[in-house]
Amino acid sequence: MMISPDHPSADPKPMLDSFARRHRLDPREALPWLVAIAAYFAFPDYLALQAQILATIVFALSVDLLLGYAGIVTLGHAAFFGVGAYTAGLLAANGWGEPLSGLLAGALAAGVVGFVAGAIILRTSGLTLLMQTLVVAAMLYELANKAGRITGGADGLQGMQVWPVFGTFRFDMFGKTAFLYCLAVLLICWLVVRTVVHSAFGRSLTGIRENVLRMHAIGAPVDRRKVLVYTLSAALAGVAGALIAQTTQFVGLGTLSLERSGTILIMLIIGGVGQLYGSFIGVPLYMIAQDRFASVDPVYWYFWIGLFMVVLVLFARGGVLGVVRRLRQPDGPQK
Amino acid sequence: MTGTIETIKLCKNFGGLVVADAIDFRMEQGARHALIGPNGAGKTTFVNLVTGVVPPTSGGIVLGGEDITTLSQSQRVKRGLVRTFQINALFRRLSVLENVTLAIAEREGIAGNFIRPAGRHRAVIEEAYQLLEQLGLAEEALKSVTDLAYGRQRMTEIAVALGLKPKILLLDEPAAGVPTGDVHTIIEVIERLPSDIAVLLIEHDMDLVFRVARHITVLVRGRVLIEGPPDRIARDPKVREVYLGDRGRL
Repeated sequence: MMISPDHPSADPKPMLDSFARRHRLDPREALPWLVAIAAYFAFPDYLALQAQILATIVFALSVDLLLGYAGIVTLGHAAFFGVGAYTAGLLAANGWGEPLSGLLAGALAAGVVGFVAGAIILRTSGLTLLMQTLVVAAMLYELANKAGRITGGADGLQGMQVWPVFGTFRFDMFGKTAFLYCLAVLLICWLVVRTVVHSAFGRSLTGIRENVLRMHAIGAPVDRRKVLVYTLSAALAGVAGALIAQTTQFVGLGTLSLERSGTILIMLIIGGVGQLYGSFIGVPLYMIAQDRFASVDPVYWYFWIGLFMVVLVLFARGGVLGVVRRLRQPDGPQK
Repeated sequence: MTGTIETIKLCKNFGGLVVADAIDFRMEQGARHALIGPNGAGKTTFVNLVTGVVPPTSGGIVLGGEDITTLSQSQRVKRGLVRTFQINALFRRLSVLENVTLAIAEREGIAGNFIRPAGRHRAVIEEAYQLLEQLGLAEEALKSVTDLAYGRQRMTEIAVALGLKPKILLLDEPAAGVPTGDVHTIIEVIERLPSDIAVLLIEHDMDLVFRVARHITVLVRGRVLIEGPPDRIARDPKVREVYLGDRGRL
């Protein structure tokens, strides 16, 4: 059923090659890691903040996978962050302070909660789903609040004892170990997310984001894919929560709060959604700005963040990465 | 036979509104069948029922001897029952090549693989590109769907469906919204479809219908009014009566 082409086409091989090579590593992808290492040496007094930033990037990555690639909206991702944090925290406060197994336990617990929640709430979409994600987080928040004898309630979980990493590297008071530990975990999580989004599964997620109706019509098991990515994203959020718990040696109700679910979205939107690197830009920008604003203007710093957001939404749709992309290639297709 | 589809007393009510009224329909492998009828006759509902988008109120659907009435949409697609949409349902911000690649990846069952890079499934990409070449879309392979002219988007719509290697293809108004001068390319594509595919064409454009179809079913208010070869349909007084109001030139 050959329809004669408009004119004899050129050899398509180079074009197909570049299409097939989109998963290859680009040298520019080394940039965030170089910046992180440079920051480690340049700002040794700020290692604690930097470690927090790295762990928060893991959290933002988990939201990006869900929102940016699969198009699943969420206002309650702190639910899984908090489950991970409390899991690692409770282990460390009750005699098992080994950090790596604590991380895995956090991931597992958050993944299980994510799977169950996802299987129930992902039947809905849009605003309804948004409300459902909120409800899940609110329920877990109240659960942690009420179970004060286990979680410490509003006072937070006290008495965590985190053992040295690999039995050797103690969490020191300067935060060197915390920084390197978070950086290594971020590297692994980034590799996981990167692999997933470039896989055939990841491409099918973008299909779900772009047109769920058509995904059904080409025979994709859409519901199963959504629950799977929700579970994976929840597990990653759990890792982020466990990281913060272990490096700060404290878990509070704030880990499950609506504020945390909201600010992670803001950070991701600042950086750019669905482009894998939005988290690496938005999280440091927000957290450093917050740190600076708070030291200059301890009372009204939220106002400045708000103003920044308004400007961003008005003039920089798609976040920092969106602006960069528009400057480079005005109307290319999305990846 | 795998390429035969049949509906038995297929009914669908939305509240008190009967949109499909005991439709008995049969299409053999390799058929070129058209479903016509005035607006609101229930043509698109029929497509939705057959493909599993909406469940029937009663009645059954049989594909190649197997009762598929309760199967999900994706299970039906896996059995070769594929549709296109009256209003383009494409992955708009993705490239044309990516659109077709997604369909082929689903058909090949690799879309659940979350480790191997999509680009390493080279055969899928090559096949998608060949399909685009056959449909004259190769030049636009890397353009995003939003940047295509409407007629080219309609072609992409068909390309995505063909990527699934259908046994039965339901084309829901493939020429809708296409400029008259471009309709011939769509006709050409339909005429050159592999002869073992059964094609059901839902269409308003009578030129297209009479050029392609070898068998026509006329649907009016959810009921089959008449069916038969095109010349008999064209001469039928009942059909003329139904169409005289909005379309006198049958």
